Amino acid sequence: MNSPLRRLSVAVLVLFGLLLLNANYLQVVRADTLRNNPRNPRIIAEEYSRQRGPILVDGKPIARSVATRDRLKYLRDYSQGKLYAPATGFYSLVYGSSAVESESNSVLAGTDASLFVRRVIDLLTGEQPQGGSVALTLDPAAQKAAFDGLTALGARGAVVAIAPSTGAILALVSTPSFDPNLVSGHDPVAVRAAYKRLSTAAGQPMLDRALRQTYPPGSTFKVVTAAAALESGRYTPDSAVDNAPSLDLPQTTSPLPNENGAPCSSSGTATLTVALENSCNVSFGKIGLELGADALRTQADKFGFDTSVQVPMTSATSRFPTNPDLPQTAQSAIGQFDVRATPLQMAMVAAAVANRGVLMTPYLVSEVRGPDLSVLDTTTPKPLSTAISPQTSAALTTMMTKVVTEGTGSNGQIPGVVVAGKTGTAQQGGGRTPHAWFISFAPADSEPKVAVAVVVEDGGGRAEISGNGLAAPIAKAVMQAVLGQR
Amino acid sequence: MSTLIPRMASRAGRRPRNAELLLLVFSVALAMAAYAAVGLAHDRRLPTDMIGYGGGLAVLFAVAHLALRRLAPDADPVILPAVTVLNGLGLAVIHRLDLAYADRARRAGDSLPPAAAPAQLTWTAVGVVLFVVVLLLVRDHRVLQRFTYTAMLTGLVLLLLPAVPFLGSTINGARIWVRFAGFSFQPGELAKIVLLVFFAGYLVAKRDVLTLASRRVVGIDLPRGRDLGPVLVAWAASLGVLIFERDLGTSLLFFGVFVAMLYVATERLSWLLIGLLLFMSGSYVAWRLFAHVQLRVDIWLHAFTPKNMNDHSYQLVQGLFGMGSGGLLGNGLGLGRPDIVPYAQTDFIVAAIGEELGLTGLMALLVLYAIVVQRGLRTAIGVRDSFGKLLAAGLAFSVALQVFVVVGGVTRLIPLTGLTMPFLSFGGSSLVSNWVLAALLLRISDAARRPAPVPGSAPTGVPSAAADDRTQVVRL
Repeated sequence: MNSPLRRLSVAVLVLFGLLLLNANYLQVVRADTLRNNPRNPRIIAEEYSRQRGPILVDGKPIARSVATRDRLKYLRDYSQGKLYAPATGFYSLVYGSSAVESESNSVLAGTDASLFVRRVIDLLTGEQPQGGSVALTLDPAAQKAAFDGLTALGARGAVVAIAPSTGAILALVSTPSFDPNLVSGHDPVAVRAAYKRLSTAAGQPMLDRALRQTYPPGSTFKVVTAAAALESGRYTPDSAVDNAPSLDLPQTTSPLPNENGAPCSSSGTATLTVALENSCNVSFGKIGLELGADALRTQADKFGFDTSVQVPMTSATSRFPTNPDLPQTAQSAIGQFDVRATPLQMAMVAAAVANRGVLMTPYLVSEVRGPDLSVLDTTTPKPLSTAISPQTSAALTTMMTKVVTEGTGSNGQIPGVVVAGKTGTAQQGGGRTPHAWFISFAPADSEPKVAVAVVVEDGGGRAEISGNGLAAPIAKAVMQAVLGQR
Repeated sequence: MSTLIPRMASRAGRRPRNAELLLLVFSVALAMAAYAAVGLAHDRRLPTDMIGYGGGLAVLFAVAHLALRRLAPDADPVILPAVTVLNGLGLAVIHRLDLAYADRARRAGDSLPPAAAPAQLTWTAVGVVLFVVVLLLVRDHRVLQRFTYTAMLTGLVLLLLPAVPFLGSTINGARIWVRFAGFSFQPGELAKIVLLVFFAGYLVAKRDVLTLASRRVVGIDLPRGRDLGPVLVAWAASLGVLIFERDLGTSLLFFGVFVAMLYVATERLSWLLIGLLLFMSGSYVAWRLFAHVQLRVDIWLHAFTPKNMNDHSYQLVQGLFGMGSGGLLGNGLGLGRPDIVPYAQTDFIVAAIGEELGLTGLMALLVLYAIVVQRGLRTAIGVRDSFGKLLAAGLAFSVALQVFVVVGGVTRLIPLTGLTMPFLSFGGSSLVSNWVLAALLLRISDAARRPAPVPGSAPTGVPSAAADDRTQVVRL
């Protein structure tokens, strides 16, 4: 019986050999793949054991990692959580991360390829590896002005402010907001409860309305229609436009009236400038019909409609309707029907007009630094498109200035500063109260420093709703903040 | 063989127990070091109960050692220290997971789960006591041969007990537990040993018949058709375990060990081939017929598909992640996250060791098992009687096959089947049974390594070193 026993011993050795080989394959050959698999929860634990880099605004951290005594060594701390939530997002053990925390994760976590040399040095010196920092373009004063303005109304809404010449985002506000600290804690039970509460809350506090929500832009879209009219060469600011109190639309019995049911100008004739000043639906509806839907869409697309942008968060896509019939085209020309725009999109419209017609790519991250504060990357402003000619830009600027000085946008006025703006009161249909809009930029007579779009959802639930009454004061405050008047 | 025994006897010397004592000191030190490492990692200080814990272990294994000195003085000196390391390391890892589970419960605000390590320590004590009892009761392993058919009956009853309504209970999909008076155990573990006694006794009695060849086909002697009975019965019983108790691992283990012992007894390769054929056809039929077998295969082949990863293969994949994270040297005991893997204290304890002790630790562990198995097989070669040979081979090979099935399953070499790691995994039935197994192996080893009797003065009942195996069978 000994020879089969010896063979059995050999067979056993073969079995153990197979196990040893397979263990080597797993823990050497495949080790990195397994270790770095995104489904491996150990990665998350490892991330938490490193000091994650801060997110900075104006050199001060708005999100930073503080040492804790629990198992996960660092806790994410948002010093002004609600104010900056749409920009920072959250960093949650349970729900992953969002916004800049997610988009710039590799830098913040210290795993980015640009930090490789640093990691090797840390490994050799035994230093605890750290994440790099991400500086945002936000202007703290503008951000606060926008947030306070919306919060004071108690309204749902959003504000986006852009530096027209660069595309740098100066304010990114959405209300109601949420405190990212609540979902970034280390207690999964509390985090789950907070997340559930926030995600089911009526005001959708975790929705970033500034980038991710589209609204009918209403009369603020008349700036786009006016741009298309001027660009067509068939209109100047002084061209006479339809001055009737109501526009009979083809193919339908329901006409398109002016807001107040009166003619646009009491003097009998109205120019394009006056039509914009008084936000006349009839005039712009007629212009839309004359230019056609394709011309309107082409102009809208040049301002950024029908594409999304990465700021680095991906914005919702603003839309100009495809193949509208004639009545729908007229409605679209005044920003109704199926025209949808994000607050970011309308700020981009204002910024392009302000920047001699050149639309700059909006961006939120200005600079990325390594843990040793060495600059790894600085964002260079890049043009996204040429929306309109410098001439059209100049003409529109003058027209929009008159909206503020003589027309519907009087609440946008700032003493000593020339402001260009446009109001909007966007009907929602279904008997719901309209959204109040205001887009503007300043100073309009020299190099504009800020373009801003404000939307107050459902007019903040008020009876008297107008872009001038609700949205313009917030835009004014934001512009003043950027211009250093507050 | 006649030349082998004097050589072994002379090389082993007259003092295998002293060598064992030295190794045991090292084993206990290793177990204490592992326990200390867990404490250092978790609380940044040595565990306060370390002296008590280490002392307890030392006393336990000293008892086992003294029992061997008294009852089996010539037994193999390596087996006890090796299983001591396995048992001690298992305790440390189980304790380490206890701490992790307690931390988790505290964070979640749940009530603390019962600690497994103290229970395992108690079971270790019970195991050692049974180890001594077996050595005391079984003074000569050949006595067991008298109980061949009693063993068969007992083994079958134990094996089928969980399938009995009201008595058996299904835990985690396998009906391998018996609940009795608030107390639950897995009779399969004990059945393994009892059935090995039966296999050995039965094969010794019938090997002449089973060796008879009917025809020779391509150089292989085929057995007679009517002699296929036993192997078919074993095959059917294994399938029964698979079907009625849904216990893939036990089924595979029984059949594999039976075929291996059949081969050793008859020296006929044809039995291996027939066994393999039956295994493959049985596996195929089981795969076609049973959803739970199909699921195991699907998990094995498609472990990383998102659908499986969230659900069925979660445990396997998390174990692989853990071992991958451990890499070459491991995260260090107490510094990984083996608690993420479900059942890390039992079936997946290997994944926990792979994660925290790395490839190095896992390989050392496998080598340790290989040593135990090879020492067992060596005992089989060394012992003079056929029954002892078959029983030692069966005991050793069952450990080998069990380790292969478990580690192979956890490392995704073969489909996962669900068995415990001998001596390492948490679980009373398994630990106690394996201590009994070790006692039997050492009992046979004592006989195998006993210095060769002076020729001509062999005590009655023990065949002379020159005696042929065949003659024994005839005598019995």
